[in-house]
Amino acid sequence: MTSKTDSTSNSSPNAETAIEVSGLGFSWDPVQAPLSFPDMTLKRGDHLFLHGPSGSGKSTLLSLLAGMLRPNTGSVRVLGTDIHRLGAGARDQFRADHMGVIFQQFNLVPYLNTRANVTLPCRLSELRKQRAEPGAPEEAERLLAALSIPEDHWQRKVTRLSIGQQQRIAAARALIGAPGLILADEPTSALDTDNRDRFLELLLHLAHRHNTSVLFVSHDQSLARHFGNHLELRGDRT
Amino acid sequence: MKARLALTLALASLWHRRKVLALVCLTLTLSVSLLLGIQYLRTEVKQSFTSTISGTDLIVGARSGQLNLLLYTVFHIGDATNNIRWSTYQSLKEDSRLDWLIPISLGDSYRGNRVVATDENFLKHFRYGRDLPLELAEGQWFEGVFDVVLGAGVARSLAHQVGEEIVLSHGGGRTSFSNHDDTPFTVTGILAPTGTPVDQAVYIGLDGMEAMHVGWESGVAIPGRTLTREQAARRDFTPDAITAAFIGIERQVLTFRIQREINQFAGEPLSAILPGVALSELWRLMGQFERALVGITGFVVITSLIGLIAVLLTLQAQRAHEIAVLRATGASPALIASLYILECVALALTACVMALALGMAGLALASPWLLANYGLQIELRPLTPEEWTLLALVPAAAFAVALIPAFNTWRQSRRLGFGEGADQ
Repeated sequence: MTSKTDSTSNSSPNAETAIEVSGLGFSWDPVQAPLSFPDMTLKRGDHLFLHGPSGSGKSTLLSLLAGMLRPNTGSVRVLGTDIHRLGAGARDQFRADHMGVIFQQFNLVPYLNTRANVTLPCRLSELRKQRAEPGAPEEAERLLAALSIPEDHWQRKVTRLSIGQQQRIAAARALIGAPGLILADEPTSALDTDNRDRFLELLLHLAHRHNTSVLFVSHDQSLARHFGNHLELRGDRT
Repeated sequence: MKARLALTLALASLWHRRKVLALVCLTLTLSVSLLLGIQYLRTEVKQSFTSTISGTDLIVGARSGQLNLLLYTVFHIGDATNNIRWSTYQSLKEDSRLDWLIPISLGDSYRGNRVVATDENFLKHFRYGRDLPLELAEGQWFEGVFDVVLGAGVARSLAHQVGEEIVLSHGGGRTSFSNHDDTPFTVTGILAPTGTPVDQAVYIGLDGMEAMHVGWESGVAIPGRTLTREQAARRDFTPDAITAAFIGIERQVLTFRIQREINQFAGEPLSAILPGVALSELWRLMGQFERALVGITGFVVITSLIGLIAVLLTLQAQRAHEIAVLRATGASPALIASLYILECVALALTACVMALALGMAGLALASPWLLANYGLQIELRPLTPEEWTLLALVPAAAFAVALIPAFNTWRQSRRLGFGEGADQ
């Protein structure tokens, strides 16, 4: 595992592009025509707002970018690495090393407390542990404080916290150890308007500090103004 | 590092689900206790059984099979086929190669317990367990014709004290209608508990046996011909025959030659047996049953392991989100599958430790009671390698059955992605 971590990390930190997608097509069902995704390139540190109707393949694209699904055609380069050329184990390790992930909800491991949830990536990736300054617990606390999680919640069971707090803890987990790319799948859909704007501002602000690109999926067009790059999926089939 | 992560995650997950899992763990604990307990008792009972008699090199009786001879002389089960003439016993006694002889005369009973007529050699030379001698808990060994010494079990169950007078019955059986009413015996001593059939018998002298049967030649008492105590004191009661004899041989290399000589004795048909050989043959007969018992408890353990898997599989549905999070954070399907195996094995280990504690506590509490009420001597001792193996099989079996949910999760987590991807 460690050797693979080294080989993948060597090429990536210097890469100028966060995401490079070309000719990507995917189908759940071999009989059906595959979904085709537009080619795109996202510069390192830039953010992308991805929107589109239900079934247009937003989540599928995220799974392909994360290396959790394999495309039928085309290639995905994340931070300069063609992730689908990697073996299954190396792909998991690449994700641990270079990607943060935020889901719509149920983001946290229920039996770990707040801080253990945040430091989880540092336990799966030596690289993120090294990048966490000065150390994983300290950076976790700094991020939690920055995301306005009160200190008495840090050792608490995460299942007792509100949805808004849970989503912010998930953001801290995605940010820890400065990954190159954060994939966020409608992380604000369960939040009210105030919470939503604050969440997004904090996320983008902290991501900017770490030179982390955020790919943000939402059907809420009012959030688009926070982003410099936009992409609409229409769910085209070839 | 990943192994440590898997272990902390597994333990945290178990602790998180402790309320549901406590019951499964309890079931497993009870079934492991049962398995271990039965295996433990099996070893103990075998030990106690095969040491029912020790130090005796040969048992001599009328010609019969070795099991029969062993059963009626040592276990007080069944009856003798025939007697040994007194003259034969005397000639054996004169054989200098024989270190000691204990004569045994059977036939009567006291409230369902055997009456054993013998002499002072019984107290002196009889050994049981790990070469333990008999000891008197109270009083002394019989001296007079109408003295009787009680086994510990008889004294306890019938609440007899030293000095009491008891009436022995003619023949065997729990309730006998022909009692030796004219010749009551006085309790002079009570033996200490041994945990062997010695506890369930009463001991009188060979002369006492003769004395109470005077006038009983036809099988029932003929009025006027039985003796009173006063008359008995003036007579000599050398028996015509005894039932069997225990023999101790100093030079044990001679044992087989002496056994052959006795078996070929010209005077009358005799059988000499090696008690150790006969005991292990008897144990082999009963071994089938106890093996079946261990087999059954093995199935009980397997049943509770299957219950454990059923619970883990039910919980699996609730764990889809958590698994998705771990996968997205970069955990490999193997790591997630290993969580199930670790959890299952950890539960099995917990159950084993609790079963050990339960068994030890139970035994510590029950062993004085077992000795007092059943004469069973079961002691707390370190587990034998066989018992450790049996115990180790439980987590091994847990590992094997955990492969089912682990494989399930491994397959499921390979296909897990974002959003709608997770549902397909």
